[in-house]
Amino acid sequence: MSSSDERHDHAADANTSGESAVSRRKFLKGTGVALTIPLVAGGEKIVKAAGADVKIYGPNKTEITLTVNGSPKKVSVEPRATLLDTLRNDLDTTGAKRVCDRATCGACTMIIDGKPVYGCTVLAIEAQGRKIETVESLAKGDALHPVQQAFWDNDAQQCGFCTPGFVMACKALLDKHPSPTEEQIEMGVGGNLCRCGTYHGIKGAIAQASAALKKGPAKMTRGGKSNG
Amino acid sequence: MQNFEYASPTTKEQAVELLGKQWGETEVIAGGTDLLSLMKDFIVTPKRVVNIKNIAELRGVTINRAGGVRIGALTSLEEMIERLGKGYGALTQAAKEITSPQIRNMGTVGGDLCQRPRCWYFRAGFGLMAKNENGEPLVPNGDNRYHAILGNDGEAKFVSASSLGPGLIALAAKISVFGPKGAREIDADKFFVAPKSASDRETVLAPNEIVTAINIPSTVGVRSATYEVRQREALDWPMAAASVALKLDAAKKVTSARIALGHVAPTPWNAAEAAKFLVGKTITEDVAAEAGKIAVANAKSLSRNAYKIQLAQVAVKRAILQAAG
Repeated sequence: MSSSDERHDHAADANTSGESAVSRRKFLKGTGVALTIPLVAGGEKIVKAAGADVKIYGPNKTEITLTVNGSPKKVSVEPRATLLDTLRNDLDTTGAKRVCDRATCGACTMIIDGKPVYGCTVLAIEAQGRKIETVESLAKGDALHPVQQAFWDNDAQQCGFCTPGFVMACKALLDKHPSPTEEQIEMGVGGNLCRCGTYHGIKGAIAQASAALKKGPAKMTRGGKSNG
Repeated sequence: MQNFEYASPTTKEQAVELLGKQWGETEVIAGGTDLLSLMKDFIVTPKRVVNIKNIAELRGVTINRAGGVRIGALTSLEEMIERLGKGYGALTQAAKEITSPQIRNMGTVGGDLCQRPRCWYFRAGFGLMAKNENGEPLVPNGDNRYHAILGNDGEAKFVSASSLGPGLIALAAKISVFGPKGAREIDADKFFVAPKSASDRETVLAPNEIVTAINIPSTVGVRSATYEVRQREALDWPMAAASVALKLDAAKKVTSARIALGHVAPTPWNAAEAAKFLVGKTITEDVAAEAGKIAVANAKSLSRNAYKIQLAQVAVKRAILQAAG
């Protein structure tokens, strides 16, 4: 369990009186801020190795900067913090989901430097200086990205928990192969699982998004054609 | 996961000095696809993690004058697939069978060789030799359906998880390693070992050595393939795999052959007898099938994995036919 989780669990315990009509997320956010621990001094030290000074980070928190969906974000993390947990718990970027947390299910899929990866299996400290894109980067206001629109139109989700990861995997696939073959589709989204079994819809969504993206920036809005 | 201190050296000399002399004190992180899961499950609890991704010389794929290729240890599986041409089917097919682009982007060639076994007893905290609290082994009478059928006489009953190991043995590759005493090169065949105790590891690496590159000799005239028998096509480990590299003369007779099996033993398994049988023969379905039989002639099943002997035999046959065809 990461330290961030522990903090949130404690936060939830610490404030049980609570006000009414407060969403779970707002509640956690509020208490989380109240309990924010100041950066512990001594998060870094220098050791000599092969005649050179090498910086050692942690085990205490150290300040890092992450470039998330185009904006630089400062955050203090322990070296063990994963990128996924840091985005979700510290940076309020909760699109990528934490499901298996073991590089298997794909719900945490995000795109780093143009390539799809599992955010649960990247250390936040190692994501510095890299371009991190999550599902939050796709929609422009109410206008969905063609991949999102295609998921909507093709009924490519049921419970929806795998969807943010699948959408990012599909976007990465189409960025690399604008007209993917059957094999490329299987290779491209083979790292994501949908336990509701909406794979047929997802394949349809890939076909639609592929066509839409090639046509150029299309004007798409929510509530396209019905799922019929 | 237990907290740790983290270092990101820029030379291999620094990395080696930052690593501990005992297993368990420190761990190397490259792609992290295995290490993070191991740490989250408290299977390894290092005090320090040494990131080797900032060591530039561990990167890149270079083809040398003699036609051989050097693959830097940090090369991602995806990059390896993209860079290697036809002669390296044994490696590229094995890497493509890792059916997750996320893993192929993150996972490195060096990491594939150093990943820990997937034995579910090991991953559940019963140790590499899978023993209960009374020291009794759990695998022989337990759920051993995915365990070893070859090389399982010792305490280690798990199977090597490496996808590339068998292909590297088939292609007669050498693994470049760097440690406190400098660089050394190890035959892929000798790189993997069956550990004798739960505190040992599955390769000849010392705790403060790192893999720096893989060197494959010229594949001119070599036909190679990997065939995996899988339960499902999506992301999973195969139940048995075989990698084959053949050279044929003008009359299509085999002049040299190397065969290695994967996921059947605590190490990738060099099936030298089966390879020897192929030399001088023309590859037909019967010849390939016979080689498959020879490859598993010494296999010994545990209580629940006899089916793997048949799968391994078929994997060898199909890999030979693919390589020759």
